[in-house]
Amino acid sequence: MEYIVLIYGSEKSWSSMSKTDVEQMYAEYKKYSEELAKAGVMRGGSELKPTSTASTVRVRGGKRQVTDGPFAETKEQLAGFYLIEVPNLEAALDWAAKCPSSRDGSIEVRPLASGGPA
Amino acid sequence: MLTRAIDELVRRERPQVLAGLIRWTGDFDLAEEAFQLACAQALEAWPRHGLPRRPGAWLTTVSRRRAVDLMRRRRPDVPLEPAMLDLLGTMGAEDTEPELPPEVEDDRLRLLFTVCHPALAPAAQVALALRTLCGLTTAEIARAHLEPEATTAQRLVRAKRKIAEAGIPFEVPPAERLAERLEGVLSTIYLVFNEGFSATEGDSWIRADLCAEAIRLGRLVVELLPGEAEAEGLLALMLLHDARRASRTATDGTLVPLEEQDRTVWDRAAIEEGTVLLDRGVARGRPGPYQMQAAIAALHARAARPEETDWAQIAALYGALLRTTPGPIVELNAAAAVAMAHGPEAGLAWMERLERSGTLAGYHLLPAAQADLLRRLGRTGEARAAYARALALVRHPAERRFLERRLGELE
Repeated sequence: MEYIVLIYGSEKSWSSMSKTDVEQMYAEYKKYSEELAKAGVMRGGSELKPTSTASTVRVRGGKRQVTDGPFAETKEQLAGFYLIEVPNLEAALDWAAKCPSSRDGSIEVRPLASGGPA
Repeated sequence: MLTRAIDELVRRERPQVLAGLIRWTGDFDLAEEAFQLACAQALEAWPRHGLPRRPGAWLTTVSRRRAVDLMRRRRPDVPLEPAMLDLLGTMGAEDTEPELPPEVEDDRLRLLFTVCHPALAPAAQVALALRTLCGLTTAEIARAHLEPEATTAQRLVRAKRKIAEAGIPFEVPPAERLAERLEGVLSTIYLVFNEGFSATEGDSWIRADLCAEAIRLGRLVVELLPGEAEAEGLLALMLLHDARRASRTATDGTLVPLEEQDRTVWDRAAIEEGTVLLDRGVARGRPGPYQMQAAIAALHARAARPEETDWAQIAALYGALLRTTPGPIVELNAAAAVAMAHGPEAGLAWMERLERSGTLAGYHLLPAAQADLLRRLGRTGEARAAYARALALVRHPAERRFLERRLGELE
């Protein structure tokens, strides 16, 4: 099954990290991505730019409304995602727990509907 | 008479057969439906041909056949899996005795870990366990939780859908995850028990049933995962608590405190079984919160009269419990035990610290415990005020009546 691994964390605390901490985090993510690739479960993913760069679009009554900012203002923000293919939820949760941000943020795991795009 | 005997037999075989069917079909609803059809068939065939030698194997084979029928009818376009085709080929006449390898033990354990998966909400875990492993109907589960049947049905549907759609595996977790997952299973079982135990009103028989079902599940874990000290501890704890059921409420439904309970009606066999289990668990040298709580319950059960209670030991156990599972409610119990062991003043001082911390604000048992100690010290005015504070917070009628009784006695 294919799962999306959504990485949520506090942008505020990330932006106040020291340079060495940032380097350390990127090193950990690099290692994590390599592990996913090596295990043959990686299907894609990326870090996202901060929510300050987000725009939200709604079409209501045929009219396009664009607003500044993310869909919802929350304490933790979506910072990145991975797309993985593993046998079941247990395996997906194992990978999610290994994600570096699981220690200070939250990782949401969701299956793609009907196996995802062919 | 025969129908009742068959009903009972079917009820006993249900968890094993159903668990196997769920593994085999990978579909909770299909498994349940096929099992229902097999039961109907049993009710017809068994009185005519006599009971099969192995009713479980009979039910499994016939259920599988019905599952295959259902699958073919629903999705004629989808080819059956090879294992299912094999089965169809080997199946003989319906009234002959089928021989099936017994792979059922693991299936019940798989089912338990699946329905208690942490990705399911606790209430959904409880409902699914009661439905699949205990065989309670949706209506019975709803009545036990004092909720509309539609709510329970919805909860079950959502949980089954999540298992299928999120890909929760039907498996016993691997060794490195077992301890963590077993903790979840045990806490769900304890949740079922507490739902049955904490209430003394409403549908009391179904509530007692919840305790019995929790104990049944506890036994299942102890039987299928031998050597797990905390599983033994939990089963012991439930047995020791349940042994006191008959004395917990007066005929008018008022809660009876431990020291006033009629100890002659306590269930000696349950106490004995609980104590033996606890000793077995403790001997494994892996202490845990369930064993500690069971040890406390065992010390209460062992005292023939309230004044023989070994409060010093109980206070020490609460101290240990507080170190492993810290929390304000455990702390309140520890303070109450210290009061009984070393005098009310020591307990009161601790409870005052707890009160100032504010972590138990709104919890009626804190002022109730304070009131009890003040009463023992003869500080009647303060006791009265504390009972009034407790009465303002208490919700359960049986507990309310008890607090009112105590307040009345202070006049």
